[in-house]
Amino acid sequence: MSGALVVAQHAVRESLRRRVFVVVLVLSVVFLGLYTWGAAELFDDVDSFGGNEFGVEPDTLAGATILGLAMFAILFLGAVLATFLTIGAVRGDAERGLLQPVIVRPLGRFAYLAGRLLAAAAVSGAYVVALYGACVVVTGLLGWWPDRLVAPALCLAGAAVVVAALSLLGSAVLSTTANGIAVFMTLGAGLTAGLLGQIGEALDSRTLDRIADIGSWLLPFEALYQHGLSRLTADVEGTTAAIVNLGPFGGAQEASLALWPFAVAYVAAVVALTAWSFARRDL
Amino acid sequence: MVLEVRGLSKRYGSGVVALDGVDVDVAEGELVGLLGPNGAGKSTLVKICCGLVRPSGGTAVVAGAPAGSAVARASLGYLAELFRFPGWASGDEVLALHQRLSGSQGGAAERAELLELVGLGEARGRRVETMSKGMQQRLGLAQALVGRPRLLLLDEPTSALDPVGRRLVREVLVELRRRGQSVLLNSHLLSEIELVCDRVVIVNRGSVVTRGRPEDLARPRGVEVETAAGTRLFEGSAREEAPRIVADLVAAGEQVYGVRVLRSTLEDVYVEAVS
Repeated sequence: MSGALVVAQHAVRESLRRRVFVVVLVLSVVFLGLYTWGAAELFDDVDSFGGNEFGVEPDTLAGATILGLAMFAILFLGAVLATFLTIGAVRGDAERGLLQPVIVRPLGRFAYLAGRLLAAAAVSGAYVVALYGACVVVTGLLGWWPDRLVAPALCLAGAAVVVAALSLLGSAVLSTTANGIAVFMTLGAGLTAGLLGQIGEALDSRTLDRIADIGSWLLPFEALYQHGLSRLTADVEGTTAAIVNLGPFGGAQEASLALWPFAVAYVAAVVALTAWSFARRDL
Repeated sequence: MVLEVRGLSKRYGSGVVALDGVDVDVAEGELVGLLGPNGAGKSTLVKICCGLVRPSGGTAVVAGAPAGSAVARASLGYLAELFRFPGWASGDEVLALHQRLSGSQGGAAERAELLELVGLGEARGRRVETMSKGMQQRLGLAQALVGRPRLLLLDEPTSALDPVGRRLVREVLVELRRRGQSVLLNSHLLSEIELVCDRVVIVNRGSVVTRGRPEDLARPRGVEVETAAGTRLFEGSAREEAPRIVADLVAAGEQVYGVRVLRSTLEDVYVEAVS
């Protein structure tokens, strides 16, 4: 077995043994329960609206909004998981003396980084896909299925991988606490840029649009999230689409075809930068 | 040579010179002690040999390969001065992880043998977080031995051990020499070094100040003669001069009850070297 896989397996095992997954599972069940309750209430409420003169589809509006809200929460939970699996991977573990015995083995520093990223990406990616899938099923059984099922899941998983890569980079240059703060501030900055973009779209502000565009290129997890959101209502048109696109959690911007290649290149560049920084670090 | 260090230097960004042109050799099956005061550069030297720290100049070659390369790292076992294993893992799991990382095919038999060797045979399933510091240090030694490396770099391997634990480590070191494995032992415990090491290298302020076999480093300090008039010290006299000294005293009418040849200890050599 290659060194990277051994490190990844060890990281996952550590999470299992430290009961990280149990906590995540319990919290996810609670989240899913609250989501089911909220979604059921929402669909009941919109059912009472009946027909309307504007041609708004109540179930679509309710479903897209609540599932969009769920995607926001899932992205946050996935980011938390990805961050905590990588937050102290280099400096934190080195300061605690955990890293040195491992890194002296012939696996190499790059393989170590690859293993840590692999574990975080696999765990957080699988987690967001599973939770998103559960929310889609709940939403569907209550009255609305999104237009695209797979693309939003892949976008969420991709966003989690980007966050994991950024957290790994932070772990090579920052202390654990500083890295945690940096990652969550970056996450907040990215999502804020996305919201500014939506406001810019609504107000037809080129400046806000430009800020959102730059934010999306610098922090592609935000672009992936927005693109995933947009795929929920890819086929919705008319007044319903306009209203859905206004909501901060239900609306979104569709990305260009370059998004996925750019996101892959971005992660590769972040990993390369992390490896360069790690290779220069005296332990 | 399994370890060849030539002109090794390390200057940290802050301007601190940790090593300044150090030469050290460790031959196949040799046990070399590395001595020096705190901040002398011993740990930096060991870390460069492991590939944990990048040298500013000079070379370090492990088993014929540059230190830090995969080949070099595959040939060595390392016990850091400050290390920790995951608290959730058992001793057996720690060794299993290092077997996989080092490519050791020893399996459960090797793990059992190593744990037995360091006196942790009964604690193989015990979680690291429930082990005492001394037990963790012995587990660290077992970890360094995984895969039967040609060279062991041990940085203060007995700092957390009680006298019984220290004796156990000394016995392990002797056993390693018997097996033909080489050891570079960084320790503050002079008596330990004196007891087990073939050669000693004393480092101070980043430079080697003394080196040699412990018995060669110890110089004659004089001859002490117990007579009826009291104990008399003949400073600087060697063992060969003792019969003449005794003969002269007897001829002078002194009654001699005992004679002792004094030699400087490694501690004397060390203190003189680093002062």
